[in-house]
Amino acid sequence: MFPTPIEKSTPGVQVAYKVMLPVALLVWLAPLLAVALFSIKPDADFTTGNYWGLPSSFEGFTNYGLVFGSDMPRYMLNSILITVPTMIGCVILSSMTGFALGIYKFKANIWVFFMFVAGNFVPFQILMVPVRDLTLDMGLYNTIPGLVLFHIAFQTGFCTLFMRNFIRALPFELVEAARVEGISEFRIFWFVIMPLMKPALAAMAVLIFTFIWNDYFWAVVLTQGVESQPVTAGITSFNAQFRAAYHLMSAGSIVAALPPVAMFFLMQKHFIAGLTLGAVK
Amino acid sequence: MADTTVSTGTSQRSWYKRNEIAVTPWLFLIPGIIFFMVYVIIPIFQSFYYSTLSWDGLGEPQNIGMANYAELWDDDAFYTSLWNNFIWLALYLLAIPAGLFIALLLNQTIWGIRLYKSLFFFPFVISQVVVGLVFGWFYDPTFGLFNIALGAIGLGPINVLGDEAYVTYGIIAAGLWPQTAYCMILYLTGLNAVDPEQIEAARLDGAKRLKMLWYVVVPQLKPATFIAFVVTIIGALRSFDLISIMTNGGPFGSSRVLSFYMFEVALSEYGFRMGYGAAIAVVLFLIMLVFITYFLYSMYNEEKGR
Repeated sequence: MFPTPIEKSTPGVQVAYKVMLPVALLVWLAPLLAVALFSIKPDADFTTGNYWGLPSSFEGFTNYGLVFGSDMPRYMLNSILITVPTMIGCVILSSMTGFALGIYKFKANIWVFFMFVAGNFVPFQILMVPVRDLTLDMGLYNTIPGLVLFHIAFQTGFCTLFMRNFIRALPFELVEAARVEGISEFRIFWFVIMPLMKPALAAMAVLIFTFIWNDYFWAVVLTQGVESQPVTAGITSFNAQFRAAYHLMSAGSIVAALPPVAMFFLMQKHFIAGLTLGAVK
Repeated sequence: MADTTVSTGTSQRSWYKRNEIAVTPWLFLIPGIIFFMVYVIIPIFQSFYYSTLSWDGLGEPQNIGMANYAELWDDDAFYTSLWNNFIWLALYLLAIPAGLFIALLLNQTIWGIRLYKSLFFFPFVISQVVVGLVFGWFYDPTFGLFNIALGAIGLGPINVLGDEAYVTYGIIAAGLWPQTAYCMILYLTGLNAVDPEQIEAARLDGAKRLKMLWYVVVPQLKPATFIAFVVTIIGALRSFDLISIMTNGGPFGSSRVLSFYMFEVALSEYGFRMGYGAAIAVVLFLIMLVFITYFLYSMYNEEKGR
């Protein structure tokens, strides 16, 4: 193990390490703690310049109540309506592409794979003008399906990379044995490979949820207004409405950030397994 | 008797059955390829075409050849954005050593370390919109923690986001926060798989700390470093959210990067100049193409090695 386990060092070093950790963590998360503190302060604290002191009164309920009384719940709902179908679409498309590229050996395999990978690496802003135009032409501008379709398509690049590498690592003998038994390729996909893909699909779904929930760029490019915009775009109009109302902006930010955070803590194992796939040989 | 059944059996086998293994992958690929073609691959090439147009997105597009690129050539705002993109690329890479540093710090087995790891990773999960907002306050000249800290050592106050000299660095620092967390988690996973026998052997040979790290551990972390490099480069070139939230490109356009400038030109009050925006997109794509080529080349060698 590297570095040397702390248990093997002197007691002094051990104590220093155990004191240093929480301090380092506090510094690391200071910006977030600040927001959490702001979100329970009364308005008056900001006008009197009491930014960092204790709240003069606890206004958490009032502040969060105001957030839930605004357009925020609608934005949250939009985010869910965008994120969940995208997750489903990506899981379906990429379990198929991943299966095809992971199991079959054919000439174009590597080139199809590289097409997905290269597309996924592109700074997606360069797609802005054509994709916006395409969405307008389909009559889907400023609609949730317009945003979902793009997200599914773009994330398919990453998801294909992910699923294909995962399937490559499965024992190929399973497929060979099934073929010897005369099982059709579709049944191999559904009954042999699919059950083994479950952990990968879970990991992927959590990642997609986070990526799409946190997307801001496409929300601004393809939608406008409360009827279709997700919460990342919503928070900016919320902030414009409550400019300099730091307590409300903080509470709003926390509400907007909460679902992916909850997802992360609930599905931590899958989340990290997904993010670090390929980090180890 | 037996012979006839077999022969009828083969002739009845459909074309699909006979070519099942060759055809199935394409059946599985078609939906994914169509989606990806329509929304990603074709638009990349469309950008090249759009970049030769003068078009406001509504009226009749006019073909103006290379005029958009000629205009870019003399556009100071374009050079500012381009230069900022390079600063982003260079400084964003600091996330890799920083992530390794934190990973080494946390790669212990004391009680509660798992929670520490999760909490250190936390910034990555939060939307960049929120990160931008929070760092905007952090830099605030009147109440921001940054200036309080500066004041404590007798400096400041500096209005980081209002000063052309500092603004890009300030935004990059905000971006490094989640990116470092990402690199950290990659390295934590990598460190987990470092071969303990090699470490012990090196220890017996008298290798210590930095030497051990550089000659024994870092080479074994190569796959993690490669992924960290890929995601950091992509992240740097995709920077948009933070700039949009923290400064909206200001002051006086000094914090723009290409992706943001493109958005401004094509879709904001600066006018709906789709062609000009597409020309900027092409430049950004060409920069990325250098990296994509390198990434794919490395992956290709890896595949051959299997």
